[in-house]
Amino acid sequence: MSMTITEKIIARAAGRDSVSPGDNVWVDVDILLTHDVCGPGTIGVFKREFGSDAKVWDREKVVIIPDHYIYTADKKAHRNVDTLREFVKEQGLPYYYDPGTDTYRGVCHLALPQEGHVRPGEIIFGTDSHTCSHGALGAFATGIGNTDAGFIMGTGKLLIKVPQTVRIVLDGTKPDYVMAKDMILRVIGDIGVDGANYCAMEFTGEAVAALSIDERMTICNMAIEAGGKNGIIAPDEKTIEYVKSRTSKPFEPVYGDEDARFMKTIEYDVSTFEPCVAEPHLPSNYATAKERSDVRIDRAYIGSCTGGKITDFIEAAKIMKGRKVAVDTFLVPATCEIAEELIKETIDGESLIEIFAEAGCLDVAPPSCAACLGGPEDTFGHAHGSEVIISTTNRNFIGRMGSKKASIYLAGPQTVAASAVTGKITDPRDV
Amino acid sequence: MSVNENIIVGKVYVLEDNIDTDLIIPAKYLNLVPTIPEEYRKLGSYALAGLPDEFPPFVKEGSETTEYAIIVAGSNFGCGSSREHAPISLGAAGAKAVVAQSYARIYFRNCMATGELYPLESADRLCDKFETGQEARISIPDEIIENKTTGKSYSLRPPGEVVPVIQAGGLFGYARESGMIPSRK
Ligand code: SF4
Repeated sequence: MSMTITEKIIARAAGRDSVSPGDNVWVDVDILLTHDVCGPGTIGVFKREFGSDAKVWDREKVVIIPDHYIYTADKKAHRNVDTLREFVKEQGLPYYYDPGTDTYRGVCHLALPQEGHVRPGEIIFGTDSHTCSHGALGAFATGIGNTDAGFIMGTGKLLIKVPQTVRIVLDGTKPDYVMAKDMILRVIGDIGVDGANYCAMEFTGEAVAALSIDERMTICNMAIEAGGKNGIIAPDEKTIEYVKSRTSKPFEPVYGDEDARFMKTIEYDVSTFEPCVAEPHLPSNYATAKERSDVRIDRAYIGSCTGGKITDFIEAAKIMKGRKVAVDTFLVPATCEIAEELIKETIDGESLIEIFAEAGCLDVAPPSCAACLGGPEDTFGHAHGSEVIISTTNRNFIGRMGSKKASIYLAGPQTVAASAVTGKITDPRDV
Repeated sequence: MSVNENIIVGKVYVLEDNIDTDLIIPAKYLNLVPTIPEEYRKLGSYALAGLPDEFPPFVKEGSETTEYAIIVAGSNFGCGSSREHAPISLGAAGAKAVVAQSYARIYFRNCMATGELYPLESADRLCDKFETGQEARISIPDEIIENKTTGKSYSLRPPGEVVPVIQAGGLFGYARESGMIPSRK
């Protein structure tokens, strides 16, 4: 029977020849990811249900990456990281990335692939909705709650429903002023915040093939913003090369069948795409940057698992180089590796970090989720009033960055940088 | 808390579409760990604290529980984050059911996994048929919600597996009852 890539990965993990959308199947889990916000609760569920002396099903498969509330004085946040530390010690878990030490990595969704834990064809569950990012490397990856995660910790299995697949074909050549973020905001704008609810979103087409791994991650990261269960891009040479550079563990990529059946197919020619924003308070509130060029902003924010990658900073730096920002501009590299690259990466002999400093951005913050989700009051970039913010993050819900009165516009790094320079929403072609 | 009633009677709190998890439980409260009883109750006191200030408080200042047993909403309830704190905060506050036109996937799954409250689906857009503060009665076996203030009844979509899982106390209770994992020693 012909299957999509998502169906095939699930079938293999379920030990079946084939599965169909709607089937409920038990899958064997390859990686369980958790962090400081949901880890302690997951551990609590695991101990409550399996006993205080229970052991995780496979020490090699539980990856714990604290990243959310790291640079804060909040006592409970520190207690939560301590809970993770104790658990890691007690269980002897090899993959733990400890804040305050040189094993700390930063935002889990970029640290996970950087550390080689994302491999094509595998099944990844994480206690975070943006776990769907990892489909960029051809894995089935989705977010779950603490209880499901506690169940996996004890059993290594989860009962899931096989999703239908929505295929998004992105053909054509992307103009330089359009980035992956513009592509995915356009798709979400068209299908809506529940346009792919319960579905796999499979991204394919020439324009996807042409994207770097970083940019593919931006696309899959936001599948959840259309309600998707997972986002996925079939592995190609770039994928294999990236994964092999990160891990020596063997893996077996999975590809969909030519004649696989999709719930629907949506086709685009990206050469017609425009730099865009998602207006407050939903990621589906699409408008082109030009259409909103009258909107004044108070802050610009570049960071998060969606928009805090090296590619995002390079594109922002190209625009800020030799210019000054007109508003407070917050920069948060997602991981330590990216923070180091800000120093190493240069444009015409000048490092990114120098470019940003000269442009008048605030000092680059240490890697973490920071104000992407608001966090405790003392979080870097936390909104406290009715700020209008343009941000490379993935959610613009009311209160998302810390203040219910703030208005968040989501955009790609070029549009955010251009807007930072002018103080109003700006198409990157207009600076 | 978990729910096992077949009949739920109580006041209704009305919301519209796309009620996201940041509205249900703002991120600043995610430092609370739901498996710690005191923090579980605290999460209840912050249920729906992310709503704009124009909304009546779901939980009154100084209280840990709500006067509303039922939330009636539009489509895509619970969109956004996988934070299980969302259904937990509603359940901890004492809410027994949400009746919405549709749910975001992870929130729905988390309701079942935790057994905190019923995620029930209505065929019609009921947030237009109820007002906050009205009394309602849900009968799970009859698949119906009645607005006791107006006397009108509306059908619910068949809840299927939701009922046995929630009535077993969530994923673990259900998995033990059905032999998927061994019973506790
Ligand atoms: S950066 Fe933002 S979206 Fe990504 S994991 Fe952290 S809080 Fe979530």
